[in-house]
Amino acid sequence: MLFKLSWNNMKKSIKDYAIYFLTLVLGVAIFYMFNSIDSQQAMLQVSQSQREIIKMMISMLGFVSVFVAVILGLLIVYANNFLINRRKKEFGIYMSLGMGRRQISKIILMETIFVGIISLVIGIVVGVFASQFMSVLVAKMFEADMSEFQFVFSGDACIKTCIYFAVMYVAVMIFNTFTVSKYKLINLLNAQKKNEKVKIKNPFLCILVFIVAGVMLGYAYWKVTADSSSLNTFDKLLPPILMGIVSTILIFWSLSGFIIQIVQKMKNTYLKGTNMFVLRQINNKINTMVASMSVICLMLFMTISILSSSLSLRNTMGRELVEMTPVDLNLYKTANLPETYKKYGREIKTTDIQREDSKLPIEQTLKNNGLDMNVLKDMVEIPIYASNDLTWSNFLENKLEQIKAKFPMLAYDTAEQIVKISDYNKIAKLYGIDEYELNDNEYIMLCDFTSMEEVRNEVLVDGNNSLTIAGKQYKSKYNECKSGFIVMSTSHTNTGIILVPDNCPLTDNMKEMHFLAANYNDDTEEGKKKIEELFSKDDSAFIQSLDKKGLEIDGLTKTRIMEGSIGIATIVTFIAIYLGVIFLIASSAILALKQLTDSSDNKQRYTILRKIGCDEKMINKSLFRQIGIFFGVPLVLAIIHSIFGIQFAIKLMSGLASEKDLLPSAVATVVIIGVIYGAYFLATYFGSKNIIKEE
Amino acid sequence: MEKVLEVKNIEKYYGNKSNLTKAIDNISFTVEKGEFVGIMGASGSGKSTLLNVISTIDRVTAGHIIVNGEDITKLKGNKLNKFRREELGFIFQDFNLLDTLTAYENIALALTIQKVNAREIDKRVNAIAEKLGIKEILKKYPYQVSGGQKQRIASARAIITNPKLVLADEPTGALDSKSARQLLENFEFLNQKMNATILMVTHDAFTASYANRILFIKDGKIFNEIIKGNDTRKQFFEKIIEVQTLLGGDLNDVI
Repeated sequence: MLFKLSWNNMKKSIKDYAIYFLTLVLGVAIFYMFNSIDSQQAMLQVSQSQREIIKMMISMLGFVSVFVAVILGLLIVYANNFLINRRKKEFGIYMSLGMGRRQISKIILMETIFVGIISLVIGIVVGVFASQFMSVLVAKMFEADMSEFQFVFSGDACIKTCIYFAVMYVAVMIFNTFTVSKYKLINLLNAQKKNEKVKIKNPFLCILVFIVAGVMLGYAYWKVTADSSSLNTFDKLLPPILMGIVSTILIFWSLSGFIIQIVQKMKNTYLKGTNMFVLRQINNKINTMVASMSVICLMLFMTISILSSSLSLRNTMGRELVEMTPVDLNLYKTANLPETYKKYGREIKTTDIQREDSKLPIEQTLKNNGLDMNVLKDMVEIPIYASNDLTWSNFLENKLEQIKAKFPMLAYDTAEQIVKISDYNKIAKLYGIDEYELNDNEYIMLCDFTSMEEVRNEVLVDGNNSLTIAGKQYKSKYNECKSGFIVMSTSHTNTGIILVPDNCPLTDNMKEMHFLAANYNDDTEEGKKKIEELFSKDDSAFIQSLDKKGLEIDGLTKTRIMEGSIGIATIVTFIAIYLGVIFLIASSAILALKQLTDSSDNKQRYTILRKIGCDEKMINKSLFRQIGIFFGVPLVLAIIHSIFGIQFAIKLMSGLASEKDLLPSAVATVVIIGVIYGAYFLATYFGSKNIIKEE
Repeated sequence: MEKVLEVKNIEKYYGNKSNLTKAIDNISFTVEKGEFVGIMGASGSGKSTLLNVISTIDRVTAGHIIVNGEDITKLKGNKLNKFRREELGFIFQDFNLLDTLTAYENIALALTIQKVNAREIDKRVNAIAEKLGIKEILKKYPYQVSGGQKQRIASARAIITNPKLVLADEPTGALDSKSARQLLENFEFLNQKMNATILMVTHDAFTASYANRILFIKDGKIFNEIIKGNDTRKQFFEKIIEVQTLLGGDLNDVI
């Protein structure tokens, strides 16, 4: 009997709460999709270095999934509690027929199990199919070969999804039992009759609170944008964040009261059509759910910020990557190895062979170890100098105290790298970047890592910074850092290179390392790949020869950097989309559920409107506006938050993402949000319209 | 006299062939301008159905209803809404006030949906509130005022549009006797001083005694009609009780 009751109830509620059910299905599907990435076909096709990145991504996704599960769990508990509370009358009738609380709990338990199992099954089926599409996307991102399509099902992801959701449903069951145990028959039966008390707030208090919240928010905005340089430690970051949260809550608390006060003054607007009805409805709704509105607004804010800054990160990385990897190969080798040196805190003794080799240029070492020099072309080799007499703190000497106070974390005893101007120009010419000229007593600081550039510019800006290099005085040619780099990288990460005139008395002893840049001497992809293997594969004759002698040459190749960078951008994008979409469906679902249940609660109000002569067009228009405002308010505030939040995020990822790439990613974000949020909005509107329709 | 409402041979059937209920079985009557007509009958007699078809909330199966010269059984869609909006005023048993709106707003709503301009609305709401003695509570919400006050707010909303006909469905049904008396006095006031034509459905003899004329309905048919004429309300009340006893089918059915 109980079984039948629950089954029928569930069938009924699936129709009523289709949106809740769809959200569950969507949640399960997304959860499965992101947890099944590792077993997707695209993953079997990618290269070794990419596979490692994917491993990293999977462990990060696993971590994020726990967080996502918590969010979904809260959504389910909230939505479920909401739906259960709406069925008080039904439970009241059961109880008046002699059913005990325990039996009612059992009914709800069974319903939860039904809904849980069905949504889980459908969700996983949807997820399995959707993940095939995602596979294609992944393949595109990693540029893997997807010519032969293969249907993939991930058992692990399936089991993981089931376990996580099972835990969530158990939490819901416990929560429900708790709710039911508090029920009293009289309240249950009268639940619907209870007159809804309109919460009235003091209008002046509303205006006051609204203004206070506005000012507070303005201050928080100012803090994270114009004054963001003062937020250099985490504990300083906390107050503006807290202020943002508190002012969001206060704004929702006071917003509708504030707006009503204003609109009431505009009699012509207020006393027009169903305007006052719409306003009062909204007022009532926002007032009764200040907390949820705030949470929704903050979730939307996070969605917008995460999506647009991560997409912008990806775009920036892609663009800078091409710029920062002008040649196929960079090799570098420590010069002047001492007899012993410390590495990872361990004393390492060097051999005679190693010390001898460290004095030779890289080209010589390559030849000595049997590398066919014809595989390389456009070869340029330069020495890079450094001395312990010239460290970052020497460079920053003039303003060291101020700078140390502001940036306590910098490694001030790092030795500055020094390069002769003609050497640098050789590299610059090969890379196709700016070449420089110098007079005898001048130097140039090359630095393009945004935050370091900022620090260095503080001492250069006065225009009279002078340095002692190898016993000779040099003055800065420019009063700012110039852009340029020697070692290839994923983005602008040169923290500083000092260019000096060729006649600077640098000795061989001051050589810190040898640096070599070259292209592979082959025009085909296949041929380049072969050459790359000479440097990267452990079993190549050249590497084996080096190993035998205990020699080390470090290197970077264009391919490696590209793969690594794409991988990181992909991880970030994936996690951002994962989190963003979950946040988005969670907040949309709460709004939709609230609106739908309100619509059925307020059916009577629409009947009254009809009775006093409103036609369907007027009623639908008022409903559309209500839902529009209801969905729009948190979104608008979230967008305003994100305008400032994103700027801060970009500063935080200094150099990795740039504002130039913001527009397209903002557009992409708007599209994603527009589609999901918009779909929920429309579903809610049509659902509500159906509910308030007269039989 | 001007005929405000003319009901001609209307019928309303519910159900299907095998189980047909005649809620209204060939009823005809007229209401003239300025009349206060009561419709009485036991529950299930068809009086609410009658009110519903007159108010265009429901449709008749056969017959015609003419309000102010227009056959409303032929109206459709938006014309129906327009008719309801402009020609009729409603007062319901459970007040039907919007609980999110203040008294002022509840009354004003009837005008705003007719696109009356704001200044005019303000003037008219204040004027009617003054007449009905609810000026002090205009800023209050329905849950903050008493049942009688709510009913007066509802009355104000019903007549502020100057409807041709005010329809009242068990207006005292949810009121205590003191509030009921106050409301009925307001009805008298609306009828006599503001010249509103009122058609009121009730099963309560005391409430009915405030009308000028009463139609009794039983099993979907007009069973009797009495007119107050020059009687006092007490005399009229006794007449009503007499007819009710006659009509009170319960006893007859037993015999």
